[in-house]
Amino acid sequence: MTPLELYIHIPFCVKKCLYCDFLSGVFDEKMQRRYVAALCTEIKYMASKHADASVTTIYVGGGTPSWLSEDLMDAIMTTIKQSFKVDPLAEISVECNPGTLSSEKLNVYRSIGINRLSIGLQSANDDELKELGRIHDYNRFLHTFDLVRKAGFDNVNVDVMTGLPHQTIQKLEKTLGAVTMLRPEHISAYSLIIEKGTPFYEKYKFDAVKQQAGMPTEDLPTDEEAYKLYKFTMQYLENKGYKRYEISNYAKNGKVCRHNIGYWDRVPYLGLGLGAASLFDNVRSSNIRDIYQYVETSEAIADGKAIQTEFSSPYYASEEKLSKKDAMEEFMFLGLRKIDGVARSDFQNMFGIDIDAIYGPIITALRNQDFMDAKEGRLFLTDIGIDVSNQVLAKFLLD
Amino acid sequence: MDQSKIRNFCIVAHIDHGKSTLADRIIQMTGTLTDREMQAQVLDNMDLERERGITIKSQAVRIIYKADDGQEYIFNLIDTPGHVDFNYEVSRSLAACDGAILVVDAAQGIEAQTLANVYLALDHDLDVIPVINKIDLPSADPERVIEEIEDVIGLEAQEAPQISAKTGLNIHDVLEAIVNQLPAPKGDPSAPLQALIFDSLYDPYKGVIVFCRVKEGTLKVGDSVKMMATGAQFDVVEVGYFGAGQFIPCDELPAGMVGYMTASIKNVRDTRVGDTITHTNAPAAEPLPGYKKVNPMVYCGMYPADGAKYPDLRDALEKLQLNDAALQFEPETSVALGFGFRCGFLGLLHLEIIQERLEREYNLDLVTTAPGVVYRVYKTDGTMIELTNPSNLPDPSEIDYMEEPIVEAEIMVTSDYIGAIMDLCQERRGQYISMEYIEETRALIRYTLPLNEIIYDFFDALKSRSRGYASFDYEMKGYMKSDLVKLDILINKEEVDALSFIVFSGTAYERGRKMCEKLKEEIPRHLFEIPIQAAVGSKVIARETVKAMRKDVLAKCYGGDITRKKKLLEKQKEGKKRMRQIGNVEIPQAAFMSVLKLDED
Repeated sequence: MTPLELYIHIPFCVKKCLYCDFLSGVFDEKMQRRYVAALCTEIKYMASKHADASVTTIYVGGGTPSWLSEDLMDAIMTTIKQSFKVDPLAEISVECNPGTLSSEKLNVYRSIGINRLSIGLQSANDDELKELGRIHDYNRFLHTFDLVRKAGFDNVNVDVMTGLPHQTIQKLEKTLGAVTMLRPEHISAYSLIIEKGTPFYEKYKFDAVKQQAGMPTEDLPTDEEAYKLYKFTMQYLENKGYKRYEISNYAKNGKVCRHNIGYWDRVPYLGLGLGAASLFDNVRSSNIRDIYQYVETSEAIADGKAIQTEFSSPYYASEEKLSKKDAMEEFMFLGLRKIDGVARSDFQNMFGIDIDAIYGPIITALRNQDFMDAKEGRLFLTDIGIDVSNQVLAKFLLD
Repeated sequence: MDQSKIRNFCIVAHIDHGKSTLADRIIQMTGTLTDREMQAQVLDNMDLERERGITIKSQAVRIIYKADDGQEYIFNLIDTPGHVDFNYEVSRSLAACDGAILVVDAAQGIEAQTLANVYLALDHDLDVIPVINKIDLPSADPERVIEEIEDVIGLEAQEAPQISAKTGLNIHDVLEAIVNQLPAPKGDPSAPLQALIFDSLYDPYKGVIVFCRVKEGTLKVGDSVKMMATGAQFDVVEVGYFGAGQFIPCDELPAGMVGYMTASIKNVRDTRVGDTITHTNAPAAEPLPGYKKVNPMVYCGMYPADGAKYPDLRDALEKLQLNDAALQFEPETSVALGFGFRCGFLGLLHLEIIQERLEREYNLDLVTTAPGVVYRVYKTDGTMIELTNPSNLPDPSEIDYMEEPIVEAEIMVTSDYIGAIMDLCQERRGQYISMEYIEETRALIRYTLPLNEIIYDFFDALKSRSRGYASFDYEMKGYMKSDLVKLDILINKEEVDALSFIVFSGTAYERGRKMCEKLKEEIPRHLFEIPIQAAVGSKVIARETVKAMRKDVLAKCYGGDITRKKKLLEKQKEGKKRMRQIGNVEIPQAAFMSVLKLDED
């Protein structure tokens, strides 16, 4: 049976954070119920086309999935288990925000097989949380983390952010100290990216350009400061026993996020829900991004109506067949995000050609510049290569 | 046609004093064009000419005017280029005329080009009638301007028509003055043929259309003719005169007439401006005086931004050359820029016009290297080379000495700014010649200046330091021995040939330092540190460093949206394609033009 990962998108938030450009919004419970029903229809519809796959990981992301009432989460999981063959050892993660969980909700999660939680903290400094537009303060997070542990979750991630406006090493150290003291199994450390269409973009767009050009900034850290924050994070977490296994992900005792690794290893996955992306049979597709169009599509399918579409699924808004060249590029620029990089033999097996025949000169050049290294049949980026990985990975795009 | 009823004349003026507007008004008032056909500035028919408000090519038009004496007159109006770059063309156009109208702005009075043009007209023995334009302006002061014309130029101006070409006021006075004050042409229609070429135009159907003034004899269809300087021979296919914006064929052009001829001529280089057309069988004893071959004064490298467009650039240059005998080019290669052309121009304006036409009309994306002049390099072995590309400078041990071209500049400026302008000339290595007051508050300053110092931004500096009150004209004066060095730029220890330039040794340090600073701004950060050095010979005289980029990592949470990640990487890669690779360093194309902007703040 072929392994398959599932990503489930829950596009609802109590309030939109000021930096966030993910597909999510504030909707009432009526809309949430209508959406979950539509999602379950899609789950069943897609499952019918993937009957022989074995689901190895499920990741419920958002938005804020933990904001859904427990019966809705139950409905989603039950539908998945009834429709797909789910591996009994599957990793099943849900993203949570502090302040949206209760012990009752967590008990339901446990009972429906959810075995990994990812908590968005971002910072242990309340002034930073306020600046980011988060719905919680640090104490609220502590309370939530306590509930999670008490409910028996032993695979927990905490998200932190670096490169925040006015962030200093001292402030970052406080956040990292507070998080590592709680000993979560996994820590994701993301850099703040100023994205178009967010309130932060309007506020910091000029600063972001200055940062990129290496010029003095007003509020954001300068390029040099951001580099120090990022390096400090890495060293701090590694000192505390968290091993970096991907550009922004750290795990203790091998408790990596299997779902996440699947993305970099190009394991087939289905994205279910609004705007979710999929990779299957070397086709990358992504779902409708308009929530009304999405639920109406599902409701029409539930009513047995035929839907006109140019794509292979009525839920898709885009669909692209990857060429062999595309696939090889992806293999490299995704695989090299992992600290242990890619195996030469995997390339050979997947594409029937030696990696050096395609990338030999690039690999040699990058190794000469100390951006890349090789060991035991694997190729991987060095620390300084990872620091400038956008530049390095772009070199693996073929002409 | 009775010669006494013909008037061949041109209009001369300082830029913006209303030359083209007056020409338009004359054409309109004499009914050559109806109002509806009249488009502003008929004679400037290139888009570029109209946009820049300058005349690039000479144009001519024939007008019938019924004068107050009841007689019909033929006016041949020849419009001349108005810029010093095209001085030779101006002088040939003047030689085709018998008289000139001098337009002077009633508010601004005499300017540097007014003087230059009027002296040029007087040198050609033209009768000059002054006309005072823009008298409708509130700041017009015709009395003062009349006095200036009389005092400075020595022309009688009390009776000069006071007009507004814009509103059409008193244009009739100008037309009558042309009839009554300008001479009719002379010349014997049965003498051996002497026709002066004053311009030519390439037409894809007819071949080169040669604009000429018949001085002696008669030019007829079917004649076998010879160009006296180039020796090229042709059989005349068509002769005619100029309507407004069109060519009107006729049987013959007798002495005194201005018109055109075609003879299936493939190349404008066979019909050089200033050459004399004569009959093959009964040639004139002498060509008309004044012919010279014009040589480019300013050279630069032009490269296609996309190397694959090299053949397109060659085709475009060839097409432009069909119409522009002064444009020269030959293939060259640069380590930094690949295949391109070393192009020669009459001046910086000419260069800019060609560059703009290549980009607009031929849709080419160009990288242009810093313009330079033609240096004379005298070698120790006694030979001399004319250097147009700094990269070709021989080893210093082989050089005895070098010479650079110099000009004599005339600058007219109000007295408040004399100090500032003299400082500017001094900074540009000028040698003071003289200064005279034209009137109480205005002076004419003369300086000898190296051409190299005025080709970049002298004009802009002049305007800004005089708040726009200075005007400027110059004339080539030959060559002068000078202490020159080649300044090389090294990027990441590699010499970039396309960035080398020749500079006066006294300013080498300053130019080198500014160049490094400018390049530091232009070159994006790389994964490694990039030293930028300016060197003379093996001696580094300035240095800047582009710091290494230390962090460019997207530690962003993506979920499964890989397409977005790839787009970002693709964008990054695309950006690099628009750069030039020198060793490991990617240099944006704009950097090659940096040297032009060294004096901006």
